[in-house]
Amino acid sequence: MNNFASTAGQTSTAHRAPLSAKIVEPTIFDLSSPGRIGVTMPASDVPEADPPPQHLLRPELPLPELAEVDVVRHYMHLSKFNYSVDSGYYPLGSCTMKYNPKINEDTCRLPGFLFTHPLQPIETVQGNLALMYRLQEWLKEIAGFAGVTLQPAAGAHGEFTGVLMMRAYHKSRGDHQRTKMLIPDAAHGTNPASVGMMGMTVVTIPSDERGNVDLEALEAACDDTVVGMMLTNPNTLGLFDEHIEKVIELVHGCGGLMYGDGANLNALLGIVRPGDLGFDVMHFNLHKTFSVPHGGGGPGVGPVGVAAHLADFLPEPLVGIIEEGDDNTPPLYGFIKPARTIGRMKAFNGHFGGGFVRSFTYIAMHGPDGLKDIAQYAVLNANYLQARLRDTYHVPFDRICMHEFVAEGQFEGSDVRALDIAKRLMDYNFHPPTNYFPLIVHEALMIEPTETENKDTLDSFAEALIKIAEEAKSQPDLLHNAPSTTQFGRMDEVKAARELVLCCWLPEGYDLEM
Amino acid sequence: MTYIPTSPRERDAMLKVIGVKSLDDLFDAIPAKHRFPKLDLPPALTEMEAYAELSDLAQSNENVRGDLISFLGAGMYNHYIPSVIDHMLRRGEFYTAYTPYQPEISQGTLQAIFEYQSLMSALTGMDVSNASHYDGATATAEAVNLAYAQFRGKRKRVVVSPSVHPQYRAVLRTYTQGMGIEVTGDDDQLQTANYQSPISSLEPFDELRTASLISEDTCLVIVQYPDFFGRVYDYTKLIEASHAKGALLCVVANPTALAMFKTPGDMGADIVVGDGQPLGIPMWYGGPSVGFFTTRKQYVHKMAGRLIGETVDNKGQRAYVLTLTAREQHIKRERATSNICTNQGLLALATAIYLSVLGKTGLQQVANLCYQKAHYAARELNKVKGYKVSSETFFHEFVLECPKPASEINAHLLEHGILGGYDLGQDYPSLANHLLIAVTEMNSKEEIDTLVEVLSEVNHE
Repeated sequence: MNNFASTAGQTSTAHRAPLSAKIVEPTIFDLSSPGRIGVTMPASDVPEADPPPQHLLRPELPLPELAEVDVVRHYMHLSKFNYSVDSGYYPLGSCTMKYNPKINEDTCRLPGFLFTHPLQPIETVQGNLALMYRLQEWLKEIAGFAGVTLQPAAGAHGEFTGVLMMRAYHKSRGDHQRTKMLIPDAAHGTNPASVGMMGMTVVTIPSDERGNVDLEALEAACDDTVVGMMLTNPNTLGLFDEHIEKVIELVHGCGGLMYGDGANLNALLGIVRPGDLGFDVMHFNLHKTFSVPHGGGGPGVGPVGVAAHLADFLPEPLVGIIEEGDDNTPPLYGFIKPARTIGRMKAFNGHFGGGFVRSFTYIAMHGPDGLKDIAQYAVLNANYLQARLRDTYHVPFDRICMHEFVAEGQFEGSDVRALDIAKRLMDYNFHPPTNYFPLIVHEALMIEPTETENKDTLDSFAEALIKIAEEAKSQPDLLHNAPSTTQFGRMDEVKAARELVLCCWLPEGYDLEM
Repeated sequence: MTYIPTSPRERDAMLKVIGVKSLDDLFDAIPAKHRFPKLDLPPALTEMEAYAELSDLAQSNENVRGDLISFLGAGMYNHYIPSVIDHMLRRGEFYTAYTPYQPEISQGTLQAIFEYQSLMSALTGMDVSNASHYDGATATAEAVNLAYAQFRGKRKRVVVSPSVHPQYRAVLRTYTQGMGIEVTGDDDQLQTANYQSPISSLEPFDELRTASLISEDTCLVIVQYPDFFGRVYDYTKLIEASHAKGALLCVVANPTALAMFKTPGDMGADIVVGDGQPLGIPMWYGGPSVGFFTTRKQYVHKMAGRLIGETVDNKGQRAYVLTLTAREQHIKRERATSNICTNQGLLALATAIYLSVLGKTGLQQVANLCYQKAHYAARELNKVKGYKVSSETFFHEFVLECPKPASEINAHLLEHGILGGYDLGQDYPSLANHLLIAVTEMNSKEEIDTLVEVLSEVNHE
């Protein structure tokens, strides 16, 4: 059953590239040549041990063989096929693609952080623990919560953590009949998916004509079977709910808890604290709001903040002060276990190096006023773009927005779609906005400029979109066939899903029509 | 205004286009009584000051590359990381890109992760790999999600070996608490039955007993390879026993060990997961690392997480896209197998570069060095009066029975600048006098000899 593994090392001959396909960059297996090695390990300095029993040994290791220079050139070539924040404007809605400060890359690689083991005695890692403790305290202060766990690995992981705590809270009160989670129709897909993982049911709440939660529908759904509501605010339309206090009052009124999806927290720094509004639990996305780079799809970091009545349910462990310090001695930091913890969300201590250190550096360099600047300029940039584009692209929920807004990528009498506009933007050397989300807007283009772009960039982006709207009328094929100036064109996604080639070779007997 | 490029003049021009007078006017929708809170945070630091402060924090730790000699593993290992990896990871094109939703301008990430999938499939001997999970523990929990979905929720029992990493088992329980699943096989009774000292005479866990726990109601059996105690066992028979009851079997594997030992794929495992940290990722006080997840092709539709598949573009060029996205949360919402979205892209890239630059020979060298040095350490420690080492087949970690509680031994070692092993009594009450010692290619003979010497002193005190 494992025959393919022994042929994999034979590289290109084992590779089943589509016969007609042109290869732009060979795979690492294509590039392999037997006998090459990139990095050599030192010889053993200990007497030879008896080998393990023969039947436990692996007969062959089908990994590629390359020199270091081959590896470097391969990844350099690949890197050039990527668009990135460092190379251009990336107004991807709901993703907060802000500039990633370079100092963060240096602080997170300090040897004291890189080379500490998560299970070391706490006395030997007081620097790490102090950093985690202070970051917990800062996040509590920024969002107005009584407790914070840094453990979750990403936003969706934080959501799952939050929903587990909500469930545990109701259970602890004997409220076993609560199984319904209220989720607005504009929500991120991770919200219902997190609820699905818990065996709860989702009740979808519509939005009203101003993009707020529909209060009548909400009121009708609120009863004693409600776990709570998961609300992104500002929502995925980029709008701050104008009745937020009423929404929270209704949910609390039926005994439900209010979950805040912190994906859009960038708009609220120093503007309003979700905890002050009455949110009971919220996850942060340190990889959006606090400049942890997105890494081509992670790592994320998804700490969760909670109000006092949920603090006992936080995942273990938290960082706390084990022994108070005084003028001459710093406090001793260590791990503590909340009284009614939901348990552990991942192994070890969370995304310390790649996450906590970068975000700590970022918050330390902003201070309270700098954080408020972030939100103000993110909101300024979004409203500026919205103002420049609203005559060309229909904005269905047109009012002062927060950090992002959603326009429709379609024109009357034209077969051009949001997808075509998105792809054509690549020809103007911009990354497209998020498209087809939120689901409640037809042909949605969701644009989040972030605070780190200057007016010139925003102007060029707006002008490109206005030009594309003209092209949609005069030369629609330019859009249908876009992008035309990039190395790669549109993909055959059906072929990918049908043939399902998921590695550089095919296992023997692989059935293409499975 | 640290990273904000807008000048006051530009700001005013923009406000005018919007039609408001000031920045504050943009926030009228916020309830007035909560608007513009005063945040009690320290004042902003400049870059120079921030670097100094972070350096102070980092230096107040004792690290294992200069301050301490380390024999601590237990799921995270001190391996050599070739320079080339970080040089590539620091390419802004990689680390400042988003998830590759626009394949035309994301082929760098897509091809690199496709190659990562291939490398992990090759290493584990499995058909397919996804693009990553958060870590080894959450990948293990996701294996339960796969198995649960495979049987449409009709099989509600998970049998887990007590020699699976204690934190992984804890995460598994957290993840499944809302699903009505029974997690069994590692309860206290079993632990004491199987872990009386000396452990050397015992199986990693009683295969017969475990097999007896596998019922028609079992969706998944989980074992670790090498197990938490470092021991290497062929699970072929247990896998056959699981399959006889219709259950799937998941092996939690150490990827370095797979360079030397028979693959779980060869044994017939259905799912192989683990933590990729040993493959070129710093320990970083516990994260981020990468959880790998590989399986058989017939389970690919039930596998959570992102998948990258090969295709062609409209110019006839070989290219890669995210595929089978219909399984994922943004399409399936509450019916998705998992809610996973952002995962560990950059760390998967690190792992791919590590496996590429070490390649077949380099990784075999690393595994062999780990094996040789760990066995040298075990042999020498076994000679010391009062200490006893398991004689079972192990890779780079072994259990050392000590004459005193492990915590006392570790405290003494630390006084000599040695980070001792993992105190097994924390998780296995009957093993209070036992240390789990890890040895990698980073430990010189001299370091090992120092460990032996200091431990000899402890016994004579």
